Amino acid sequence: MTNRIEKKEMKVVVFSLDNKEYALDVEHVVSIERMQKFTRVPHVPPYIKGVINLRGVIIPIIDLRIRMGMEEVPYDHHSRIIIVEMDNKEVGLIVDAANDVMNIQVEHIESQPDIIGKNKQDYIMGVLRYNNRLLILLKLEQVLNLQEDREKE
Amino acid sequence: MELSQYLEVFIEECREHLQNCNENLLKLEKDPENLDIVNEIFRSAHTLKGMAATMGYEDMANLTHQMENVLDGVRNGKYKFTPELLDIIFIAMDHLEEMVESIASGGDGQLDVSEATEKLKMIEEGTTAGQVPEKGVKEAENGTEQKLIYDEFEITVLEQAEEQGYDLYEVTVMIRPDCLLKSARVYMVFDVLEKMGEIIKSEPSVELLEEEQFDDTFTVTLVTKDSVEDIKNKIMKVSEIDKVEVQKLSIETVKEMKIELEKEKQKEQAEKRKGSKAPAKKKEASGTRKQIRKKISAGKTIRVNIERLDALMNLFEELVIDRGRLDQIAKELNHQELSETVEKMSRVTNDLQSVVLTMRMVPVETVFNRFPKMVRQLARELGKKINLKISGQETELDRTVIDEIGDPLVHLLRNSVDHGIETPEERIAKGKPKEGTIELKAYHSGNHVFIEIIDDGAGINKEKVIKKALEKGIINEEQIGRLTDQEVVNLILTSGFSTAEQVSDISGRGVGLDVVKNTIESLGGTLSVQSEEDKGTQFLIQLPLTLSIISVMLVEVQKEKYAIPLTSIIETAIFKKSDIYYAHDQPVIDFRGRVVPILFLQEIFDVPVVDEGNDYLSTVIIRKGDKMAGLVVDSFIGQEEVVLKSLGNYLTNVFAISGATILGDGQVALIIDCNVLIK
Repeated sequence: MTNRIEKKEMKVVVFSLDNKEYALDVEHVVSIERMQKFTRVPHVPPYIKGVINLRGVIIPIIDLRIRMGMEEVPYDHHSRIIIVEMDNKEVGLIVDAANDVMNIQVEHIESQPDIIGKNKQDYIMGVLRYNNRLLILLKLEQVLNLQEDREKE
Repeated sequence: MELSQYLEVFIEECREHLQNCNENLLKLEKDPENLDIVNEIFRSAHTLKGMAATMGYEDMANLTHQMENVLDGVRNGKYKFTPELLDIIFIAMDHLEEMVESIASGGDGQLDVSEATEKLKMIEEGTTAGQVPEKGVKEAENGTEQKLIYDEFEITVLEQAEEQGYDLYEVTVMIRPDCLLKSARVYMVFDVLEKMGEIIKSEPSVELLEEEQFDDTFTVTLVTKDSVEDIKNKIMKVSEIDKVEVQKLSIETVKEMKIELEKEKQKEQAEKRKGSKAPAKKKEASGTRKQIRKKISAGKTIRVNIERLDALMNLFEELVIDRGRLDQIAKELNHQELSETVEKMSRVTNDLQSVVLTMRMVPVETVFNRFPKMVRQLARELGKKINLKISGQETELDRTVIDEIGDPLVHLLRNSVDHGIETPEERIAKGKPKEGTIELKAYHSGNHVFIEIIDDGAGINKEKVIKKALEKGIINEEQIGRLTDQEVVNLILTSGFSTAEQVSDISGRGVGLDVVKNTIESLGGTLSVQSEEDKGTQFLIQLPLTLSIISVMLVEVQKEKYAIPLTSIIETAIFKKSDIYYAHDQPVIDFRGRVVPILFLQEIFDVPVVDEGNDYLSTVIIRKGDKMAGLVVDSFIGQEEVVLKSLGNYLTNVFAISGATILGDGQVALIIDCNVLIK
């Protein structure tokens, strides 16, 4: 993993999902928004909740819990939409809460332990221990891979 | 020398010259004797060579050099102009285009051109033997000092001035070659001259001078009472002027020159008439005049980066959204002054909208101009004779449409060349002229632009179509009897259909007409086809003028809002539930004597049910071609102008949704793609 990322340090956005802490490279994060009303889009996978209007741009939003095979919970005032961008695709990820932005040392990233459920492994780039916290680094390209999912269906 | 700053200009000019060459080569093919055209091409090639060499693109310079040699030979009558020769020149042109595109996209413009150069060389060497090259005579004419030529009106003015005691001068000003702002110096010189007297004429014209379309020298005719010395000194006060020559002019010499010139012209015309080429000459002359006019109008435009226009469009779209919101607030508050202001703002934004939209318009010429060459090449490959007539290339379309429409048109044209037009033998047997005709027409009508492709070829063979459709399982036996002729023809547009017996290199590239149809429909347009056997086929493309702002009908389904494009709506109606009949399992209604299938949007879009509704069905009657369907919704909200937005690159191909729009309250409403709902 480390040879892929040449920087020594990286900035990540930390958010929580089902009482675990996840992290996303800040490079892909456009903004963090409060939960807002969205418009349902018919005939799309269940984890795509719909689209929102973000300052004049239409952005699809994904419920990350459903996407990662977790139980769906109602949104509350902690819920946030993390707007990410990758390969020209802009998508909002609904998370339980956005916690932190921090610097991490790339060399501290370890490959994922096998304990985490097999189903989720695809989405994980690695884990990182940081002051008694365990951060799970998300593999964004996999989360946004709509094509593969459609094929599975 | 740092050249990158000139790169853009270089690429732009190369494209222009290449296009010019292409057009003229095609002209030349029809009129191979016309040396004026050869000269025109030669000039373009020569300029290309010069530019390429200056910019350090060796391959390009080499190739143009060879091309120039051959053209020079043609010009001097060394070689006869044959279609084979033209083929080779076209190959060279293709290479040149490739190189320019490579340079434009950041490449180094290098390409293996040895084959083309070899071929050109072969022509050159193969026929050079024993022929005396005879060049260099014509080129000399530009170098000599020329006196200006005046027309009748100018002569009259000069005459009057002389009678009133003014002196006439021709002032030739040379600007220092290293001068950076030549047009500014020209302006200053003009300013000085205008204080002394009156400027009658300038060469090059004022417009060209303003555009810096001249070398370092220009000549003006001045009427003044000042002396030669005065004029010289005053002009020399302007900095960066190299030299000034003032020549006194007498009205007699001017008149003489004109008479001489006219004589020469008459002689030339007489000669031309002998060769019965007079009309061609005239055409050519009007052609150049047109070009001049084009240049002048170009002086009044500025180049704007397309990104800026896009940004402007985005800002404007936001304005439209806010206008909608204001409109809504004004209605809610019922405040008269506010309503009036909003009303006024609506009118202004409407005007602004048309201004912004027209700025993004591009003539279809940019797409059309590559077709003549393409059709010619295809026709030669297939051994057919085809005349492509293009009209309405000045018709303008939104840039986004222009970007997308090229490929579908290429496909349709290839189709006409390959399947439409017959071989010359077949055509003669049918009693048609040997040469087939394909017409490509573009025109405006209402809020739409139409593009027609009409060929006078074989037309669509209905039996073949039916046979093929049966084979492919698109229709079944019992349907055949019921199909109208038009419906049979339309079958060729259905997916999975391709009539070519063999997949040919030309039109059978794995994509059928259905793909063309889909592309056009994704642009909000329609494609229809009409055909008569042995008479020909007509494809008609209808495109919206703009893609970004459309009129829609907003409807509500349970708690969700959807927008239906007004272009697909015939009308709205309300039915009772008891009015529904069932044909097989399909619910239908009787609408003005026609049986119309109805679709419940709630079911199609799996809308969560909140409210069970009542006995009445609000229905939007939509159409696609001559087919109709009723969309059952819960209520109509009203008609609105909305900004069409895409769902982004992540959500592509959502069933029956063509995009989304932002409503006055900031919520997103999905736009329904009616074309998908009617099968």
